[in-house]
Amino acid sequence: MNESRNTLAALRSRIGAIEGPKPSPAERFALGLPSLDAQLGGGLPRGRLHELFAAGAGDRAALAGAGLMLAMRLGEGPLLWLRQDSAVRAGGRLYGPGLADLGFDPARLIEVVAPDEAGLLRAAGDAVRCAQVAAVLIEPWKAARGFDLTVSRRLSVAAEKSGVTVLLLRAEAEPGPSAAYSRWQVRSLASAAFEAGAPGHPAVEIILLRHRGGLAGLRACLEWNREEHVFREAALSGTGFPLSAGRPAGAGDQDGCGPEQLGERLSA
Amino acid sequence: MGSGFPPEAPFVLVEKLKGAMRLAAVSRAALELGFGPGLSLADARARLPDLGVADLDRRADTAWLERIADGCDRYTPMVALDPPDGLILDISGCVHLFGGEAALRGDLVARLERLGMTVLSAIADTPDAAHALARYSPNPPYRAAMGRGTVEGGGGVSPTMANAGGEVAKPIHHAAHGPPPHALHREDLSRLPVEALELDPEEAVALRRAGLRRLGDLSSRPSQILAARFGDVASERLARVAGGCDIRITPRRAEPALRLERRFAEPIGRTEAAFAAIAELLGEAVRRMEEAHHGGRRFEAQLFRTDGLVRSLRVETGLPVRDVALVMRLFDERLDTLADPVDPGFGFDLVRLSVPRCEPLAPLQLPLEGGALAEDELAQLLDRLSTRLGRNRVRRLGPRDSHIPEQAVFAFPAIEGGPAEDWPAPEPGEPPLRPTHLFDPPQPIEVVAGVPDGPPQRFRWRQQLHEVTLAEGPERIGSLWWRRADNGGLARDYYRVEDRLGRRFWLFRHGLYGREAVNPAWYIHGLFA
Repeated sequence: MNESRNTLAALRSRIGAIEGPKPSPAERFALGLPSLDAQLGGGLPRGRLHELFAAGAGDRAALAGAGLMLAMRLGEGPLLWLRQDSAVRAGGRLYGPGLADLGFDPARLIEVVAPDEAGLLRAAGDAVRCAQVAAVLIEPWKAARGFDLTVSRRLSVAAEKSGVTVLLLRAEAEPGPSAAYSRWQVRSLASAAFEAGAPGHPAVEIILLRHRGGLAGLRACLEWNREEHVFREAALSGTGFPLSAGRPAGAGDQDGCGPEQLGERLSA
Repeated sequence: MGSGFPPEAPFVLVEKLKGAMRLAAVSRAALELGFGPGLSLADARARLPDLGVADLDRRADTAWLERIADGCDRYTPMVALDPPDGLILDISGCVHLFGGEAALRGDLVARLERLGMTVLSAIADTPDAAHALARYSPNPPYRAAMGRGTVEGGGGVSPTMANAGGEVAKPIHHAAHGPPPHALHREDLSRLPVEALELDPEEAVALRRAGLRRLGDLSSRPSQILAARFGDVASERLARVAGGCDIRITPRRAEPALRLERRFAEPIGRTEAAFAAIAELLGEAVRRMEEAHHGGRRFEAQLFRTDGLVRSLRVETGLPVRDVALVMRLFDERLDTLADPVDPGFGFDLVRLSVPRCEPLAPLQLPLEGGALAEDELAQLLDRLSTRLGRNRVRRLGPRDSHIPEQAVFAFPAIEGGPAEDWPAPEPGEPPLRPTHLFDPPQPIEVVAGVPDGPPQRFRWRQQLHEVTLAEGPERIGSLWWRRADNGGLARDYYRVEDRLGRRFWLFRHGLYGREAVNPAWYIHGLFA
């Protein structure tokens, strides 16, 4: 038993040496929801690669929205959004007034549309090395087999060097091996209705799938507060609405909205 | 070029004119058999069943003419197209570089003939005179053309040249230099037929009926008589062709702010070596720009091949630059992205670097504490991405004052600089009223909605059914009826809707129910986060 513990400690230190120094709290950006930030140890680290996966094909817009909201949490500065032709065709082009409606200043945005995956990869490699960029959003199309372990490793090393935070937005893709610091799943969430049944503020559910710090199974329902650029806990969806109008059965526990451990869900 | 017919076999190019296929150009072999432009294809086939026939491609002809014009940049920067098949070069002041007019003309003709062109060329005092001499000389020298139909229509009607590289070169002789005015050209000009004036066919016929067959017959008479009978146009044309009136050509390209070139004694066959020469020229250009406190925004490298073709590479930067390594990196990016790589052929004998656009740039001062100047890093990234992907693929968004959603925003190349206007701030407390992603054009959907103007209850988009739980609307957006001739255009009723899974969409009904449309169509225009 002791022996195995020693082996484990030795392995941990070796892995720690490979992984490099742990980000300090100052290099983190908080999401703005105190309970979630506390569990994340003060937020997510800057200058790393974070992956966001859409839960379903229809969550593409929620995924893009969540990526943009996270980028807004990072602060001011130019934001590069790298997209692919096919993604623009299928998902629509970025619309300035709508981005402004999320509280984002579209003047910060530089949209780069690559004709194919190889072009996107190359542009991403260049963009991540530019320290003046506040955040880089990379939106490959579907499976995007080019984004493998090697590429993600290269991107995260470059991000650590330049301090640029990279958000990889993956819709209709299966999570594969990657060197990302954290990996989240994003799903659109029914909003808290306004008067007369009008759709309310944007809301998403995020689930932590993987984290370099060993966390797993965090789940939170977030609503975006545009005025303060901060996430807050989403009000229970379906207030004033029949529950059947909320989520379909099995898609998540309505009452358990908020950060919580979902270890059993992931181990299943 | 290269129409797949052997050069000695007769072939023709045809074009549809007034519903009949007619010959537009014929090869030399066909010309000798008596075919000419204007003959109908059926007649031609009846006379020679195995006549080679191809369609006339005017666009390809124009592109080819442009390429030849590019190649002529080696002689003079003042090159103008003389459509459909001619070029006019202003060679004043350039002649001594080539050892005289005759040598220049010989060099030009030789290069073009190597490309398989039949060339008719003339040098005269004014562009119009050169044009007339090249096209209307009574005995034009015919030469065999390879791959391209070339023809000079015979007979009394106005000669038609199609698909030929009719080269018209002309110097403008100033009093200060050059030989005295060409007495010989005067004589040649006076022997040209009156058709050389390019008047209306009826007027040319009228001149002939009056016994005036040659330009000499006209110019020997007082111009008032001509003007009284045939109008001012005829006397002005005569003045221009006969050399009394000199109208300068408008060159295809504006003169660049800076241009440097290097000629090689022997053609060099490697593109890398040519680019090494470009780098040296760039170093010289940078020195000159430094003296003038300028920086370049655009750079163009031109590689002239010995056979007369030229390859141009253009790069652009967002900020004025004076950095050789940076610009060479952009050229490398451009070389990498070329669909067809640079082919040296038999080698390049001239490279040229021009800086078409310069802007003020103060001398750089390195920071005292050392370290690199990093503030331009983003600009360099955008230059690199724009060069590699194309300037329209790296873009920023700007607001535009329009209530039509798809026109409320415009995208402009990021290389053109920062946005000029601020975006209007959203109303506090309101949820987003505009989608983050917009479909352009909107995508049709099937909708179940209340009649006449109820919100959608469910809709099918991309073969998927969405149950609407929340909806807000309609937000009615009228069409720009004042911009339309028929005062028309359908109003759109927009709805923000959310489905059972929490996905938010922007839908609209196109046309007011019953008033504008019997059964209005529905579209999805955008997605909310």
